[in-house]
Amino acid sequence: MIYVAQVEQVSAPPIDWGAMAPLLVVLGAACVAVLVEAFLPRHQRWPVQVGLSIAALGLAGLTLGLYTGSEPAGMTTIGGALTVDQPTLFLWGTLLALGLGSVLLIADRSVEPGGAFVASAASRAAAGGPGDLTYAPTDPDRSYGSPDQAPTMQTEVFPFTLFALGGMMTFVAANDLLTMFIALEVLSLPLYLMCGLARRRRLLSQEAAVKYFLLGAFASAFFLYGLALIYGFAGSVRLTDIAIASAGSARSDTLLFAGFALLVVGLLFKGSVGPFHTWTPDVYQGAPTPVTAFMGACTKVAAFGAILRVLHVAFGLTRWEWRGVLWAVAIVSMVIGAVLGLTQTDIKRMVAYSSIAHAGFLLIGAMAITPQGVSATLFYLLAYGFTTLAVFAVISLVRTADGEATHLSQWAGLGKRSPLTAGTMAFLLLALAGIPLTSGFTAKFAVFAAGIADGMAPLVVIALVASAVAAFFYLRVIVLMYFSEPAADGPTVTVPGAFTTAAITLGVLLTLLLGIVPSLALDWASGGGFVG
Amino acid sequence: MNPLLPVLLVFPLVGALVMHPLRDSPRAAKQVAIGTALVQLALAVVAWSAYSVPAAAAGVRFQLRFVVEWIPAFGTQFALGIDGIALVMIVLTTFLVPILMLFSWEERLPEGRTASGFFALLLATEATLMGVFMATDVFLFYVFFEAMLIPMYFLIGRFGGPRRQYAAVKFFLYSLFGGLIMLASLIGLYVVSAQYLPAGGTFDWAALRTIVPLIPESTQIWLFLGFFLAFAIKAPLVPLHTWLPDAGAEAPIGAGVLLVGVLDKVGTFGFLRYCLPLFPLASVRLAPLVLVLSVIGVLYGALLAVGQKDLSRFVAYTSIAHFGFIALGIFAFSTQAFAGSVLYMVNHGLSTGMLFVMVGLLAARGGSRMITDYGGVSKLAPMLAGCFLLAGLSSLALPGTNSFVSEFLVLVGSYPREPVYTILATVGIIFAALYVLWVYQQTMQGPVRGRAVLAALERSPAGGPGTMIDPAIAASRARSGFPDLCAREIAVLVPLIVAIIVLGFFPGPVLDVVNPSVAATMTEVGLTDPVGGLPR
Repeated sequence: MIYVAQVEQVSAPPIDWGAMAPLLVVLGAACVAVLVEAFLPRHQRWPVQVGLSIAALGLAGLTLGLYTGSEPAGMTTIGGALTVDQPTLFLWGTLLALGLGSVLLIADRSVEPGGAFVASAASRAAAGGPGDLTYAPTDPDRSYGSPDQAPTMQTEVFPFTLFALGGMMTFVAANDLLTMFIALEVLSLPLYLMCGLARRRRLLSQEAAVKYFLLGAFASAFFLYGLALIYGFAGSVRLTDIAIASAGSARSDTLLFAGFALLVVGLLFKGSVGPFHTWTPDVYQGAPTPVTAFMGACTKVAAFGAILRVLHVAFGLTRWEWRGVLWAVAIVSMVIGAVLGLTQTDIKRMVAYSSIAHAGFLLIGAMAITPQGVSATLFYLLAYGFTTLAVFAVISLVRTADGEATHLSQWAGLGKRSPLTAGTMAFLLLALAGIPLTSGFTAKFAVFAAGIADGMAPLVVIALVASAVAAFFYLRVIVLMYFSEPAADGPTVTVPGAFTTAAITLGVLLTLLLGIVPSLALDWASGGGFVG
Repeated sequence: MNPLLPVLLVFPLVGALVMHPLRDSPRAAKQVAIGTALVQLALAVVAWSAYSVPAAAAGVRFQLRFVVEWIPAFGTQFALGIDGIALVMIVLTTFLVPILMLFSWEERLPEGRTASGFFALLLATEATLMGVFMATDVFLFYVFFEAMLIPMYFLIGRFGGPRRQYAAVKFFLYSLFGGLIMLASLIGLYVVSAQYLPAGGTFDWAALRTIVPLIPESTQIWLFLGFFLAFAIKAPLVPLHTWLPDAGAEAPIGAGVLLVGVLDKVGTFGFLRYCLPLFPLASVRLAPLVLVLSVIGVLYGALLAVGQKDLSRFVAYTSIAHFGFIALGIFAFSTQAFAGSVLYMVNHGLSTGMLFVMVGLLAARGGSRMITDYGGVSKLAPMLAGCFLLAGLSSLALPGTNSFVSEFLVLVGSYPREPVYTILATVGIIFAALYVLWVYQQTMQGPVRGRAVLAALERSPAGGPGTMIDPAIAASRARSGFPDLCAREIAVLVPLIVAIIVLGFFPGPVLDVVNPSVAATMTEVGLTDPVGGLPR
């Protein structure tokens, strides 16, 4: 009898397959992609992987659309480990769309022949790079498959992307801290690897990967330690239970807030909020640009999705205790991003610092424990994600013989050389600066309005001053592109292939649409609050 | 739902877009551009005739309204409408743009720049200016207020003088900074309105007006300061003015006139439309501060104008002095002074615009903007010198020119309430005579001299220094190095001269349109006229 009772206790919790379908599709496709990598011959992998990834993201989007179309109420599933509520659905949609854009960039082989990725230095040598003594292929990048086939590229990056994306989707839906931690690892480990895959500037890329991994491991440890302390306080890792415990408990708050601090450090690290940002510039610079685009857009969405959920669901009641600290963090982040961004000479590092400043703005929205706070932050993530994606896509187009021309001086006179590329970039930079009629403005407006409405007027004023400072370095690029004469041996602008063109078009179009007619997206974002 | 205003807004934008396919045929591009600008002027005249002064006097605040939903989540609408003040500014803008295009017809552009790009940016600037003056939704106003920077930034940065990059960035950052501070106030206003309105926050100007009496003074002061900073940067009041001489000097003349003549008026327009009606208590409380800044602007701008070596910077500093007068009239709170300020906004656009154009004509001949590079021009180009004098006299508000009426109204209207500031500002008029006449004397009078003039004569085959021919005779010959005005230049100047003289004697039509809106603004501030009433 006792045995039977135990069986009943561990009986599988009910699973709402419909709600979870997008997540399952992405993770399932990731597993299939690993098998593809193992069993298919090299020259077949690229088309299959690309097709699989895009199909998986499309199917996940379709199931998400169908589920959202049935206007579901928010609910928890798998025994309360995951929450599928309105913010989750919005974030999933955002992640899938941004993931699709990133996959398109990653799959592109027209910009860098053979794609931007290699698996290791050995493959680089095999691909005809320096150090190659035994094998001299006629075409340096045609190393795999039969000679009559198009150059192939390393395709591990596709399963990595899908796993990371699956992790991110779990991360934003996690209803307890343990699930969140596991999702954090699932999303982080592939990212560490992807950073080191650059075909060019191998050392920079590998340094970035190691740095990201080491600091990321620390951040995970912080998160886990915080989790443990909070468990000690609340006796549960469930977000709602933590909220209940924090509302009325005789236990000392020390455990709770020490745990909160450590937990938030882990999350802020992922969101590259200053002062936990130190990895960001190096990793953004070192990683292959399509991966940087993926990180810049999707990781930010995932991290802030989780921050939102933790702050709102678990710590919404104790907001007056921690808000002062996060004020300071937001200010530091905005100041670091805006001021250090001014001194950068590498465009990828500059965008990295811009992302740190934006993280500060996002934190203002996340700190506003109101429905507007949630919807504004969600909208900001959507808008920022697409702009960033397109920015990195454009950066990947400007090249010299040695790869991407990321030094700012190389961008001089681009407006004359390639008006379309320069115009696109100028528009995207104005969006990052938050000029009206771009999504950057509507997003900033939404976040700042939520901030002021929740009593953070001084912080918003600081944020606006920081925006003005940050505008200077965006402008500097525009000045370089349009007002300076091009250098004689300047970079060329590669004509992008269909994939990159599609990604850029997607990013620019959404940046424009969300700037002019944001109502639809705003309505989605404010469709409902968190369910715990 | 009158479609006239949206058409006025979109039409120049369409013209700007059409420039792109025409980029390889500059001549066609210029013709299309000026055609667009002329049609736009005609549309503005239609708007003028459609605007009903009796209705405005009867209390209709905005006319020709056009309202559609835009972003309900932010409580903002795409709402257009005009009052008398906006109407005259719109007409001024549409009047100046074709003139500037004609002026820029043969402008030597920096290498690699196309005329179609220049004209497209002029039209885009015109469109954003239309939007700024038409918006009756504060959010929409802000959008145009910031969007206005972008075409002007490219106009200065791509087509300007040698230090154009520096000037363009400085202009953009100053304005953007002010704009962002205003954004904080804007959001604050929205949040405050959500507290008082049952239907939630709004940006609708009229709806905001209904809750103004409920907002406590301390809140008003904070909100006022945000708006004020943005407008004080735009219509540069003294400590915030340093971008204007750079931007004004480096901008190509066509853009410079639009910048100083119209774009900066958005600041004073903003005082009248937003600061005073939406924050009346704060406006009255902080008026002494603004008045001090205005008077400093009048005197300091005039003093610096006297000391300038560069003609464009000279015009920019005279503008700073003029903006001081306009702000004085606005914050003196009387209908006469309000009407004077609005009229001043128009007149300053005309007289400073003409002065800028004259500087451009000089520079086109001598290739320099330095005052010391010119001398005795009246002997070589008497018509040019005469027009320069007229522009200068209009700028110093000589009776019989347009500026006299407005300056007089400002001073008369301000005196009863603010005698001290008015008297101090009156001293500025004397400075104005000094700087204008001095520059005229240095450049136009006396013997033919100056590096630029001599070099221009030397280059020409008609004779010059070193030959036995008298420079004045040489200049009258064909292919002179320093020719007098050509037909196109005369066509540029005639409309300006006519406007300057006509408005000097018959300001009535403009005042009639402006008066009801000015009276409405006075009611919104909640003060009564000290003496007198509307100017007739």
